[in-house]
Formats: sequence, structure tokens, C-alpha cells
Amino acid sequence: MISKEEVQHIAKLARIELSEEEIQKFQEELSSILDYFATLNAIDVSGIEPMTHSIVTKQTTRQDLVCKTDAATIQKLIDSAPETKDGFIRVKAIFS
Amino acid sequence: METILSIREKISKREISAKELAQTYLKKIEEQDKDIHAFLATAPEIALKEAEEIDRKIFQKEQLPPLAGVPYSLKDAICAKGVRCTAGSRMLEQYTAAFDATVTQRLRQAGALLMGKTNMDEFGMGASTENSAFGPTKNPFDLSRVPGGSSGGSAASVAAGECVFSLGEDTGGSIRLPAAFCGVVGLKPTYGAVSRYGVIALASSLDQVGPFANTVEDAEIIFATIAGRDPFDATTVDFEYMAEGGIDCHNLRIGIPKEYFAQGLDSQIKDRIVKTLDELKHEGAQLKEISLPSVQYALAVYYIINTSEASANLARYDGIRYGYSPNKEKQNGELDLMGQYLQTRGRGFGSEVKRRIMLGTYALSAGYYDAFYLKAQKIRTLLKHDFEQAFKEVDLIAGPVSPFLPFRIGEKTADPLSMYLVDVYTVPVNLVALPAISVPVGKAQNLPIGMQLIAQHFKESVLFRTAKVIERICNPRMVS
Repeated sequence: MISKEEVQHIAKLARIELSEEEIQKFQEELSSILDYFATLNAIDVSGIEPMTHSIVTKQTTRQDLVCKTDAATIQKLIDSAPETKDGFIRVKAIFS
Repeated sequence: METILSIREKISKREISAKELAQTYLKKIEEQDKDIHAFLATAPEIALKEAEEIDRKIFQKEQLPPLAGVPYSLKDAICAKGVRCTAGSRMLEQYTAAFDATVTQRLRQAGALLMGKTNMDEFGMGASTENSAFGPTKNPFDLSRVPGGSSGGSAASVAAGECVFSLGEDTGGSIRLPAAFCGVVGLKPTYGAVSRYGVIALASSLDQVGPFANTVEDAEIIFATIAGRDPFDATTVDFEYMAEGGIDCHNLRIGIPKEYFAQGLDSQIKDRIVKTLDELKHEGAQLKEISLPSVQYALAVYYIINTSEASANLARYDGIRYGYSPNKEKQNGELDLMGQYLQTRGRGFGSEVKRRIMLGTYALSAGYYDAFYLKAQKIRTLLKHDFEQAFKEVDLIAGPVSPFLPFRIGEKTADPLSMYLVDVYTVPVNLVALPAISVPVGKAQNLPIGMQLIAQHFKESVLFRTAKVIERICNPRMVS
């Protein structure tokens, strides 16, 4: 069973705020799922390469060119942001 | 029951206009979808405008595009310009797509008419559509039961006759399972066959977009329309679908993996699948028992990879560029950056999404990477070897889609692990990038049963050819 502190640590790494009830619920649920994952411990994979590509093929690429986007689409993209100012997306100060 | 071909005929013979047809379907959705809840939103303005354009072409005797006027729906993870796209999440409740996904654009160019966006488990995480932030979809065959997931709304919309076809997305069974539960055809294409540009990502080494339809032929037409290379998705392959023609399985070698018929499979499903296989044998197929020994580990491997990739993909929901932000709720006062992240994600995501992001974060965190993610990727290689070995002896692998019949709403929500077990027969295919189809083979207790066919990479043509034989044998009935 993972500890309450571990749940809080993971939640912070994942940037998710949890209530007290959620911490308790996830402590139990995550533990049982991690136990299930641990059934793989018994399998011998020595000498086996990890699969890094689903299909071995040449990647499709496109030219690295600036595409013209119409003003209406640009405006829609900016309007999607929760906070904007003067046509820019507003972000929090990182250096204080 | 309407099909692409029946609609093509009606439209070209001017028995009905594209606009009248669109209005008929929109009305049907409005009237009957209150009970089923397949749709999260309809898009009548765009649909009717595009229908008028088709009618103008008919009037002026211009050449019609191949899917002219065919009403369809899109899983709400696939973007359509100017239409809300929520992925079943509060996080994106107010998000309107500024552009079309490549698949949406290809269907638009082909003349198909988008009726609306369909319900799904939040960000594709679930097997029942109960994890939608906007309430579950009901199975059209029995409203007390789930339609399967995560693309449950898409499957239900086709089964209920609210559209002719739909697109879903399959990461570990999210097309095949709801297709089986709702008695329609569902295809998970080969990884790389269909573009994911403009599709909200869950697990990028597994996700693939594919069609739902009433008939195998319709699913084939849609697949041919959406497949192929896309410069906006680096994982797409230069591939053009070529149908094999013919409806036969003479001399086809079908592998029956014994692991797919072991303990845990509902006996009614097993009987139905075995009977169908017998009938394929009468049609000239050769059946051969095979073994895929690593399949027993596939579910655990899948959930490690799914949650790991999801935790990275969903990091983008930061409350800054789009989506839910707690800053709009002014009673919060001014949050710092960390506070903004924590509240955005703590409030915007539902339980299953939080659970999976945390599992993935844990599996990828310092000290655990080798034991979880790396190990899973190595077992994935073993699984790939199993399938390669099998395909030396057979052309196709057949088995069930789901171990159970459609279950009751609420039956599995209390225990997340029990919900994961629904995916046991579908996830191996995603892990090794193979194409697979779910085709209806009859019913038990008036609930649909699907059979799964798995082919080699880019051999969708073999799936369709064989599925057409099954369709002819089983003569599936759909909901009126």
C-alpha cells in the first residue's frame, strides 16, 4: 500500500489539487492498481529490447515553413485563452 | 436502415433533398436522443448550410462528391471547425475548435454532413461512457445498460439510427467495444493508417481513429475516405486503401488463440463466436488453434503505457491557453502559478482522469521508470513476437471483443480495476499496432455480441472481406 504522503507527492508532481477524501480514495485505488501492475515483476525480460516504435516506417514530415493563417482563426485561438490582454495571452509572473 | 449507398441513390434520384434529409435526422436526434444521450451537441447551422450547397450542385447538375448528404457524427475528441469540442470533460466545456481535424476535413470534402458531436468517457478514459462529465450514454438495445466506451456515443448514435456513420477513436478498444455492445460494425485501423491531426490525444503510441457503421461496406467506404498520409501527422504512413473485392473466405487461414477463450469469457458469447467460426469453416475457411502466450500480460502492460502517455499528453491542460481556468472565478483572489495549475487540474478533471494521470506520473517518476514503463515496453516486444509468429501460420486471428455482455449502468463504477478488465481482448491489438474489426454476430438475452477479427499491418482489406461473409451469415438486426 502506498502512503498518504506518496499520494500527495504524486499529486503535486502531476499538478492536481486533491481533497482529503480524494487522497484517501486514491491511496486505496492506486495501491490496488499498482499491485496489479506488479504482477509483471515475475516475467523475465532479460535480453529483450523495449518496443520504441509501434510500426517501423519512415516518418511523414512537412516543410518547415511559416503558414499564413487568416486573422479570424488567429482571433479564435486567442479567444480560447481564459485571460487575454491587448491580443496576447495573459500568463502568471514566473519571476517575482 | 439507411446506408451510404441507399442515401447516395435517394439523393442522386432526387427522392429527397440533402436539406430535407439533414432536417429529418436532426429532428430524430432532437426527439429520441433525450433517452439515449448519444449526442453532446448538434451542429444544425453548419449541416443545413452544407446541405443547401449539395442541393445547389444537384440542381445545377454538377458532379456530387462521393458522400454527398450522408449524415454522420463525430466523437467529441475530434475537432470540427466552429463546433464545441469537449472530450467529455469539464476542462474543455467551453472550448470551440478553431480548425478541422484532417479526418473531419476529408469527410467535409467528400460531402458528408456533420450532425453533431457524440458523448464519450472523459478524454477517452473508460469502457462504458459513464466517465463523461456530462452524464452517461444509454445502450439503444436496453436503456438500463451501458453502450460500451469510450466512443459509446458514436456507437449508440449509429445503432439508434440518429446518423448513418460515425468516427470514434480506439486506444485500447474504444471503437471495437462499443461497436460490439451496440451491434454495429467498428474498425480500429492499423497504427499510422489514419491521421490524428486535430484529435485530442490520450496515449499517442496507441490512439487511432476509425469508423462505426451499420454495414461492413459502409465502414470500408469511410475508412478509404479518411485513410492515408497527412503532412500534419508525422506518424501517418503513405498508404492508399485498396479493396480486395469479393465476399468469401475460401482457403482463408483463421487462427483461434486459446488465450481468448479461457476462463472469464461469458459462455453465451463463447457459444455464439464458436458457432460463427464453424459457419466460416463451412464457407471454406481453415481454422487453426494458435497460442499468444504474452497476451495474458497485455492488460497490465497496456495500463502502464496508457497512463504514462496520458500523464504526459494531458500536461497541456494548464488553464493558460484554453480550457477551464479558476482565475475566472474571482472569489479565488489572485493565485500564484502553482496554485493556478493545482486548481485548474484539480477542478477541471474528473476522477478517472486524475487517477490515470497519477498512475502515469508514478510509473514515470524517478526510481520507478525501469520497473514499470521500460518493463512494459519490453513485454510489448514479446507480444509483437507472438503475433508475428502467429501470422506465419494464419491470415487472420478471430476471437471475442468483450468478455461480458453489455453491463448495467453503475455496475462497475465502484471498482476501477474491474472496469479495466473489460478491455482484456481489445488492448493487445493496440500495443502491437495491428488493425482489428468488431462485427455483430447475433445476440444473447436480446443484447448484441461482437466478434473480433485481427489482421496483419495494413491488411484491412482482409478484415472487410471476411467481415462481409460474417455479416451475410449472421444477418444482424439493428434497432429500428
